[in-house]
Amino acid sequence: MSAIYFSEDHEWIQVEGDIGTCGITEFAQEQLGDIVYVELPDPGRGVAQNDEIAVVESVKAASEIYAPVSGEVTESNEDVADDPAKVNADAMGDGWFFKIRLSDPRELENLMEKAAYDALVAGQS
Amino acid sequence: MTDPNTIVTSSGHRGLDLAEPLIFELDSPGRCGVDLPPAPAVENRLGGLERQAPIGLPGLSEPQVVRHFVRLSRNNFAIDAGLYPLGSCTMKHNPRLNEKVARLPGFADIHPMQPMETVQGALELIDTLADWLLTLTGMPAIAMSPAAGAHGELCGLMTIRAALEARGDGGDAREVVLVPTSAHGTNPATAAICGYRIEQIPADDRGRVDLAALKEKLGPHVAAIMLTNPNTCGLFENEIVEIAEAVHAAGAYFYCDGANFNAIVGKVRPGDLGIDCMHLNLHKTFSTPHGGGGPGSGPVVLAEALAPYAPLPMVVRNADGLELVENAFESSIGRLKGFHGQMGMFVRALSFILSHGADGLRQASEDAVLNANYIMAQLQDLFSLPFPGPCMHEVLFDDSFLKDSGVTTLDFAKAMIDEGFHPMTMYFPLVVSGAMLIEPTESESKASLDQFIASMRHLGERAVSGDAEFFAGAPYLAPYRRLDETQAARKPVLRWHGGAGEAEAAE
Repeated sequence: MSAIYFSEDHEWIQVEGDIGTCGITEFAQEQLGDIVYVELPDPGRGVAQNDEIAVVESVKAASEIYAPVSGEVTESNEDVADDPAKVNADAMGDGWFFKIRLSDPRELENLMEKAAYDALVAGQS
Repeated sequence: MTDPNTIVTSSGHRGLDLAEPLIFELDSPGRCGVDLPPAPAVENRLGGLERQAPIGLPGLSEPQVVRHFVRLSRNNFAIDAGLYPLGSCTMKHNPRLNEKVARLPGFADIHPMQPMETVQGALELIDTLADWLLTLTGMPAIAMSPAAGAHGELCGLMTIRAALEARGDGGDAREVVLVPTSAHGTNPATAAICGYRIEQIPADDRGRVDLAALKEKLGPHVAAIMLTNPNTCGLFENEIVEIAEAVHAAGAYFYCDGANFNAIVGKVRPGDLGIDCMHLNLHKTFSTPHGGGGPGSGPVVLAEALAPYAPLPMVVRNADGLELVENAFESSIGRLKGFHGQMGMFVRALSFILSHGADGLRQASEDAVLNANYIMAQLQDLFSLPFPGPCMHEVLFDDSFLKDSGVTTLDFAKAMIDEGFHPMTMYFPLVVSGAMLIEPTESESKASLDQFIASMRHLGERAVSGDAEFFAGAPYLAPYRRLDETQAARKPVLRWHGGAGEAEAAE
């Protein structure tokens, strides 16, 4: 089974092999409210962990999305760009943002597993 | 007895509150306010580029057009109509004296390309205003031309970049601008457009810049810090002198965002705090109309180190009087604007300054701060303060008092419309949850503040008592009910395409 990791900035990454699928968490979409715009990275773009990689805009605020790991973007979710409501409807599923080829899987150790992330969120809500 | 809220009128009007369709829906093809003779036949020289279809303007008579716009204007809410507590925007009264002076033909009818000797009065006005702004800020140099606050930020960061390059410290050497998490969005946007990478400085639990975190982030890679003081939580950055020293020790420059200068005019000279440049929003602090009412104006004061890089043109006094210098020195960043700033705003701002005098300007700031603190004192038992007071010119509440009530900051703001107030700034700054930022300015009397406070308390008590359904439906009494802001952002309809199927056609 593939593992899911979480960042302090409320991104998630689900890793299968050397490819990670990334998005924002259920908690993040709830805090943002109705999402109206998502700007995604072009495939082929290289990023370092914690670099700004995408932008999400809701009726309340615009927020940067940071790369949870270093690597190269392999795919962006055009469905989300066309219909940002998908992020509100299914943040952890159909509402994924982009896929990235991990350049250093050891960076996952800087992220949290679900139990730790849930505890972080419980403290913030 | 008939309940007035249940009355349905056949016209759609509510008494003298008149419903008004779009101007295109009033179209009567061929109708026109004037009779024009038919256009003479001329040889077509457009080579096939001529218009193929009618332009699509609606046909209306003059009285129809006048009524249309007068009716729409009655749906406006403005500072001239009531309290407008939009935090961070300084929606103060625009004195009518300013308007009268700005309309004097000598100011209103001049042209920016007139011969210099015919506009000596205008140049002297710019020079006098510049002198006041330098005195109030305690700074040695000023650039008058920036057209608004964000334009002033751009001017400031461009001079900083030029100064760094001149000392061989430009390019990739210093590529970071530090911005606090509570900053106005224009700060990181300005830094980004100037080619810098933005690093955020966290706030401490007092809502101020975390000095230790700032010092950790400073280094030879940092070009500048951009800091608003008072900050967007309405709090004075009381460690600003230490911040300036640390920034300068690291070889970086200190850009101060002057958006909140209204809190400290005549009380603090930013130059004494160690800043290197700061823009002034004449349209906020010095009462020129804004918020759809007029252009902004954002002069920038500069320290000695940045003065050589100021934009052109600039007003200089020489033997023949005042001169607008276009090419004084090569180090200038050049021209930022077509002409020399917003003349009409200069006139209004100087009119405000001279009619108040130094003591009046100081009192205006004191009153603005007093008013915000009065609101805080009257509401803090019911609403929740993220940071303890006293505050400066604006008071910030968060939404923790609404926890478990089912009412959101947005719902609360909508209910304020039914109470007859422009809502406060919502969800900004982002550093607190569900922010409500209230800036009354010095324009409000105690009676008007008391009325606002009574409405806030009335709604606050209703919200915490668990009447979420009422808030979800607000506003009830506005010309339009709750609009779908999400849909408006996701699928905006920006053009009239004529009649049925409008929304689909626009996608």
